[in-house]
Amino acid sequence: MTTGLPDAEGTLHELVERMRPAVAYDAAFVGIYSGGAWLAERLAREIAGDHPLGFIDVSFYRDDYATTGLKGGTKRSEIPFDVTGATIVLIDDVLFTGRSVRAAINELFDFGRPASIELAVLIDRGGRELPIEATYAGARLAVARDQNVVLSRDAAGRLSLGIEPFRAS
Amino acid sequence: MSAAGYRYGRDAIGTLEIRNGRVIDPASGTDRHAPVYVADGAIAAIGDAPSGWRAERMLDAAGRVVAPGLVDLAARLREPGLEHKATLESELEAAIAGGVTSLACPPDTDPPLDEPGLVEMLKHRARLINRAHVYPIGALTVALAGETLTEMGELAEAGCVAFSQADTPLVDTQVLLRAMQYAATFGHAVWLRPQDPYLARGGVAHEGEVATRLGLPAIPAMAETVALSTIFALVRDTRVHLHVCRLSTAEGVAMVAAAKREGLPVTCDVAVHHLHLCDVDIGWFDSMAHLVPPLRGTRDRAALRAGVADGTIDAVCSDHAPVDDDGKQLPFGEAEPGATGLELLLPLTLKWAQEERVDLASALARITVHAARVLRVPAGSLAVGAPADICIFDPHHAWRVTPAALRSQGRNTPFAGYELVGRTMTTIVGGQVVFEA
Amino acid sequence: MPNRNPQLNADGALTHLLTLEGLPPAVIRHILDTAVPFVGIAEREVKKVPLLRGKAVFNLFFENSTRTRTTFEIAAKRLSADVINLNIGASSTSKGETLLDTVDNLVAMDADLFVVRHAQSGAPHLIASHLIAKGRTHVHVVNAGDGRHAHPTQGLLDLYTIRHYKGDFANLTVAVVGDVLHSRVARSLIHGLTTLGTAEVRVIGPRTLLPAHVESMGVQVYEDMRLGLANCDVVVMLRLQNERMKGALLPSAGEYFKHYGLTMDKLAAAKEDVIVMHPGPMNRGVEIDSAVADGARSVILPQVTFGIAVRMAVMSILAGA
Repeated sequence: MTTGLPDAEGTLHELVERMRPAVAYDAAFVGIYSGGAWLAERLAREIAGDHPLGFIDVSFYRDDYATTGLKGGTKRSEIPFDVTGATIVLIDDVLFTGRSVRAAINELFDFGRPASIELAVLIDRGGRELPIEATYAGARLAVARDQNVVLSRDAAGRLSLGIEPFRAS
Repeated sequence: MSAAGYRYGRDAIGTLEIRNGRVIDPASGTDRHAPVYVADGAIAAIGDAPSGWRAERMLDAAGRVVAPGLVDLAARLREPGLEHKATLESELEAAIAGGVTSLACPPDTDPPLDEPGLVEMLKHRARLINRAHVYPIGALTVALAGETLTEMGELAEAGCVAFSQADTPLVDTQVLLRAMQYAATFGHAVWLRPQDPYLARGGVAHEGEVATRLGLPAIPAMAETVALSTIFALVRDTRVHLHVCRLSTAEGVAMVAAAKREGLPVTCDVAVHHLHLCDVDIGWFDSMAHLVPPLRGTRDRAALRAGVADGTIDAVCSDHAPVDDDGKQLPFGEAEPGATGLELLLPLTLKWAQEERVDLASALARITVHAARVLRVPAGSLAVGAPADICIFDPHHAWRVTPAALRSQGRNTPFAGYELVGRTMTTIVGGQVVFEA
Repeated sequence: MPNRNPQLNADGALTHLLTLEGLPPAVIRHILDTAVPFVGIAEREVKKVPLLRGKAVFNLFFENSTRTRTTFEIAAKRLSADVINLNIGASSTSKGETLLDTVDNLVAMDADLFVVRHAQSGAPHLIASHLIAKGRTHVHVVNAGDGRHAHPTQGLLDLYTIRHYKGDFANLTVAVVGDVLHSRVARSLIHGLTTLGTAEVRVIGPRTLLPAHVESMGVQVYEDMRLGLANCDVVVMLRLQNERMKGALLPSAGEYFKHYGLTMDKLAAAKEDVIVMHPGPMNRGVEIDSAVADGARSVILPQVTFGIAVRMAVMSILAGA
């Protein structure tokens, strides 16, 4: 059963309010493509400080390669700052099983050795399969297992949330 | 004619009567339903029974064609020396299963057939096995090396019906000239496969679009035509009986036609594979399609098909070459060339005839009487008094080519999986039934 | 009956890379697109991704080549695969073991991917067909060069390079210069270019070095280099091997360089922003002048970098099929 979907922009505002007092001045914001990347851009604009911006594609670190192979559309990860010694906030749109975050952390460690990594997500829908929790979450949501929560961005840059049937890849 | 008859080998029959079949004898132009009477290993009569006739055995050939046993101008039996590929026993079984009752085997055995003793032993072995008649082609030069002439007289006495270099090129034109002069002196026939070794050097496939795309070293058509030019010039001078083996190019067909028009004593054959396949059938480097001469282009195939129809090409043969798995499971260029063919000669000839709208009798002529004429042996006809070598086949029987089911030890055929029409049902050699399907 | 093209599996996914001929354009584009993120790996501190961790890649080189073998080894190791090199050198039959027996033995040792180079055209096809016949659907073959037939990863990295510098193929004129007759690099590149809709593909060389019927591959033939280079966007120089002089195909390297060697002077016939490529290794002063090889229009070194990324893309697509 799925509870009513919150408004994405409103939830983002909630997330910003939670992060603003807590996040380090020079923390780097690294967004996981594509939803996390959009969020990272917005957060870097709205939270004051010197926040280097990075984007990460976790396709090469996923744990389901053996069953699903390499899906198309892999993008280049862009990490234009030195990861070693950096304070990083990893950003994703929806936290579910925790596997994408695990992959992103592994990938960041191949760039260098960060001082710390925090996790910020717009929506935490529960259903964790790994011991991973968000440091900052915009909203919590119960979602049926056969459904996906999807973040979209329109031409004007406005974010919105939607529900799609879960497609087994 | 004795009522008691004679006893022959295993299957002791005296007189044999074949009823209800359609008798086709291209040599005499016979094509009618009539009974055939066999006695003393020979054709006793066709149509009306001889006086006092009593059949000890009757064969019902209803729905079938009763034809002369097929005559195959090229079938490698791999003995002596190459017994790991095949033996006389297995290949002669394959021959009669294919309706072939007389075959010529090339001299490329190990050692080559350049000594009377080897030829005698081969003929002796074949007689003991008592299946098809084997006519050895002797080596033209010792060890096929192209330097010294063989004792053609002795070899002919031992049973050789012609002399050839098989697939080994004879480069020294002076030696070739002298070999032809010597053979012509005694009336021996010389059989040559026209291929210039230098133009063909390193090549494994026909020089065309397919070889270019697949990056296979190529053999140009010129390798055949240059060789034919040389051969015909020498024939013009020596007037030796020259048989051109395994024609493969359109230009080659035209050259043979011109040579015949000129009156040169020339005959020629084509391997039945080349009437159906072309270089495209190599597909993705299928080594079953690695043949010599190579499968050429569609234009060449069309010319070969027309050449058989209009008589430029006298006979069709199987060019039977059994190759074991180890020989074929190699990259295309390294694989041993050749295809197994004795059991497919009949249906593939019938397929050509059906597609080119050639009547059955004319088609059968190419694998009976015409071939026998090239070989210059008494075979390929159902004349009264002729040896009772008979192929009874069902011209409508459809069957799938399954390599594992072939009797030849060579399972190597590019026709694996093809559905063909025409199957030998009974084969008779010397009046004995030696094969029944 | 021609046997089936074994490159695509029952689901239409690439399961062996044997030749660019007959590959749907979408498959080729997918490989090129997948290579893009792999180019970035070289700029990281840890130049590895874990995609092929636990997989065994066997380099089966029946024909020696340190360069190609090394780039495949680097690519496989950057994918975290285990790499085993087998230099069989001359034909395996000289050791008494057939090619397919060698393959079967390695499969029994849990090989996941074979990178095969062989002097005979069609050898990788034979191996792939054999694996399919034995039901080994999780073992994949990459052709690293077979005889004169194909060198598909080289063709792909050449396509990648061209796309990187020139964008779409639809408006390009590409010239391939040199010994096309013996060149698997040329054949693969020509197939790739025509499949992706290149406006004009030219081959330039003396008649002795051009295959008969080469036009059937969709190319324009030029025996005059200046005419052939006119208005080209891309020039690909092929290596000339010494053996060609011995086979009566050419009189001398000197005469070849005079007519078909790429110099700044001849290059001037092409477009101003032409790029110059070479699969390597180069014979300076034979097919290409040093001034051009080291000049502003040369992209020969970037080709090498792209080559590693393209090979990583190929191996990860195959191993995931």
